[in-house]
Amino acid sequence: MGYAEFSLSRSKGILVKQISSINDFVIKFANVNGSGSASANQMFAKGVFRSGIPVSPKNIFPSNIQGLPTWFEVRVNEKGYLGRREGIDIAVAMNPQSYGQDVNELKEGGYLIYDSSWSRDFGRDDINILEIPLTKLCVQEFSNPKQRLLFKNLGYVGLLASILEMNKEIYVSLIEEQFKGKEKLIEPNVKALEIGYKYAEDNFKDLCQIKVNKSNKTDGLILTSGNDAAGLGCVYGGATVCAWYPITPSTSLAESFDKYSEKLRVEIGTDKNKYAFIQAEDELAAMGMTIGANWNGARAFTATSGPGVSLMSEFIGLAYFAEVPAVLFNVQRGGPSTGMPTRTQQSDLLSCAYASHGDTKHIMLIPSDPKECFEFAVEAFDLAERYQTPVIVLLDLDLGMNDWSSKEFEWDDAKEYDRGKVLSKEDLDEIEEFGRYLDVDGDGVPYRTYPGTHPQKGAYFTRGTSHDEYARYTEDGVKNAEVLSRLTKKFQTASSTVPKPVFNQEESTSSIGVIYFGSTDCSMQEALDGLEDNNIDVDAMRIRSFPFNLEVWEFIEDHDLLFIVEQNRDGQMRTLLMAEGGIIPDKLVSILCFDGQPITASFITNKIIAHISGTPSVAAS
Amino acid sequence: MTYIVKPKNHHPLLEKNELGLTRRDYEGAVSTLCAGCGHDSISSAIVEACFQLSIESYKVAKLSGIGCSSKAPAYFLNQSHGFNSVHGRMPSVATGAAMANHELLYLGVSGDGDSASIGIGQFIHCARRQLNMTYIVENNGTYGLTKGQFSATNDLESKSKYGDDNLFPSIDLPSMAIQLGASFVARGFSGDKEQLVPLLKAAIAHKGFSFLDIISPCVTFNNHNTSTKSYDYIREHNDSLSKPDFVPLGKEITADYEEGSSIEVPLHDGSLLSLEKLSEDYNPKDKITAIKNIQESQRDNKVLTGLLYIDPDAKDLKEILNVSDTPLNTMNKQDLCPGSEKLSGINQSLK
Repeated sequence: MGYAEFSLSRSKGILVKQISSINDFVIKFANVNGSGSASANQMFAKGVFRSGIPVSPKNIFPSNIQGLPTWFEVRVNEKGYLGRREGIDIAVAMNPQSYGQDVNELKEGGYLIYDSSWSRDFGRDDINILEIPLTKLCVQEFSNPKQRLLFKNLGYVGLLASILEMNKEIYVSLIEEQFKGKEKLIEPNVKALEIGYKYAEDNFKDLCQIKVNKSNKTDGLILTSGNDAAGLGCVYGGATVCAWYPITPSTSLAESFDKYSEKLRVEIGTDKNKYAFIQAEDELAAMGMTIGANWNGARAFTATSGPGVSLMSEFIGLAYFAEVPAVLFNVQRGGPSTGMPTRTQQSDLLSCAYASHGDTKHIMLIPSDPKECFEFAVEAFDLAERYQTPVIVLLDLDLGMNDWSSKEFEWDDAKEYDRGKVLSKEDLDEIEEFGRYLDVDGDGVPYRTYPGTHPQKGAYFTRGTSHDEYARYTEDGVKNAEVLSRLTKKFQTASSTVPKPVFNQEESTSSIGVIYFGSTDCSMQEALDGLEDNNIDVDAMRIRSFPFNLEVWEFIEDHDLLFIVEQNRDGQMRTLLMAEGGIIPDKLVSILCFDGQPITASFITNKIIAHISGTPSVAAS
Repeated sequence: MTYIVKPKNHHPLLEKNELGLTRRDYEGAVSTLCAGCGHDSISSAIVEACFQLSIESYKVAKLSGIGCSSKAPAYFLNQSHGFNSVHGRMPSVATGAAMANHELLYLGVSGDGDSASIGIGQFIHCARRQLNMTYIVENNGTYGLTKGQFSATNDLESKSKYGDDNLFPSIDLPSMAIQLGASFVARGFSGDKEQLVPLLKAAIAHKGFSFLDIISPCVTFNNHNTSTKSYDYIREHNDSLSKPDFVPLGKEITADYEEGSSIEVPLHDGSLLSLEKLSEDYNPKDKITAIKNIQESQRDNKVLTGLLYIDPDAKDLKEILNVSDTPLNTMNKQDLCPGSEKLSGINQSLK
């Protein structure tokens, strides 16, 4: 991105720098929440996406319904760098409450767009100010008070389309799609768009040096959120029961399952549902229902966030010990306690890996983009049934709730579900003796039966109390220890089939390694390019699951120094690696971002460069 | 909960039901509860009801929470799958299970600690959702397994075995269940098998949430003369609303009542619950009367038993959620997976 200097007539003769860039900028919208701005901002992003440039819109919202400041950041980047980037190039400031902060964040030479119905002096002479009297324009054009308020949003979208030199018709089509079925609303919405567009054409010609030029970099991409993708993955993965309790930021995952099921899972002829969608009374019940349904042979899941996992923990331990499959999505938010419900973190790794009292360990899957959310949702059901145990899929708010320019979803029609070791009536007829917890195959995974399978064989008592191989209660400590040891064996078996890590290189060449996971992926790709630009050679590995596969240990073995990049305070992945693999702590250096904002590439590169160049404050982190 | 297997030798002349099974075929493991425990009488009433109804045990799922009562499912229906879940959470496990396969019979056994304290939220919402199950509370007013603390169903005036006063009023689960929308609510007494077995049979035959509060004295911790849940107290204060008789589908009605003295309730499967009225203003289909009857008997220090309320036409959860008649757990990939063509359409819609 370069700077081009020139004078602006309205800036009292002062020379003001102008940021000049094509298809590479960050725009931030500042609004009042509950004012309908999010859908207009989303529409702006989608328009850029349809122009062929990858975008990553991020909704930075309060835990509130109406009246508080809310922001919406869109990074536009033709190279496909979609992590959050510091510094704002264009600010659309529509909330006087946050003017101070919004104007401050704007980079030198950046552009401030605000509603000049009430004119202001912002005290900065190094930025470009584009004044549009949106409220006055909307009052002139619309009589309905609600429309006067709502249409300001589309007004600035029209303005942006003009100054960025975008094809206005893209937005007209988006409006038509959005109001399909409510045709009466199309005309006034298009009118609002036109108001802003025309005003900018008349007043701001050539005043902005940031442009959106049509490209083809979104071919093969879709714009969707991790929650939406995971909900769809549950439909494709054959889930039939979803029991959940509303909690930000996971709610839209359950709702996505419901939305897609309404379209894709209705029985022809009867109009009855091939799924049950139950809003439970709390997270405990949501988990109980999930376990009950899985016990009875349906694929069932729940979606929650950190506080929900805390509440579900007793049940998670039951499912682990009684060996009942269960799939749980944890869309992580800022903790601890109620924490920052509308901000992102990766701070539930430890509470999920070892959820519940006693010796427990759980399979975790950690996707990094919507496509992987879709795939891991499907995979989670296979693993849960294969290993008869809870599988926790860890998303975070940034991945779950924000839209991403992701690769298209793929499905192989030849794929079969792995329902695990379940004995049918015929199987039971053939075997001499059924023992629910007998390790028949030596892999630690026993055989199970669904209730109602066979009149005389296969019934057993599922329990969270200590039991023997025949599911009978026992207080024989040796028997109980045998069961616990077999569960460890089962967990080890799982480590070879859970998703393997992704490497950024075919072969390790550096003595320095970087380990990362989840939504950090996009910023990491940019950071790695940044390190290369600084002639720092590192190998990188993205961990995608727990228990850790052999490849994870080999990568650690192959490097002398490893940076573990995480979005939490305590370096939870580092702790897990030390605990599970006995890795020497000195070898693992944490890079930690936990302010609730998605980690940025520059944060990662700066920390790594500082450590390598010997800055002590970073080394201690 | 040790596991003692009973010998399988049957007397050749034991009575058989329509399936050719004897009562022994409906039994479970040997009980490890205290001798004389009311819960064991309830287990045997369940055995009797299932025997008389010729139920196929393997089509029953028996679920429980934690506590003395929740051990009971091990002591009946050996051929049924059982699920001893966590404390107070049986209703949610039953809900999930019933959604997965509505064709099984769900028999939940809970206690007063399990349902009136730690699990009261789940009890409430399970009733409210009209889950098609039989929900039994073996109510002894005490925490037996932790040695005699008061439970929330213990009456205010009832002292502990050690003479301590109960400081808080009791929770009446049947009243709650009626208010919450349970469509079958009854109270029984473990010591009155004649009343209990037909109530159990009707509860099982009823479609919807069947709730049975069964007073079940704890011989060890709550059977003293200052207890209101002792055998003696219940026998003295039992106020039965009706004499229930359950007539399965296709059986001739032999009970002979005087005109106007009985109420007949046809159940959805074609069986008939007939009730010989013992009280003038008894109408089990009216919620307001039912609650009034319960409150009046409480005022008079009586324990009202029998069928308290029934709505034979209520919808159950599966119907409310419009879930398929094919059990969800039998659906396979062909039934459930929309396939790649649909997915490419979805991809297009996200551009």
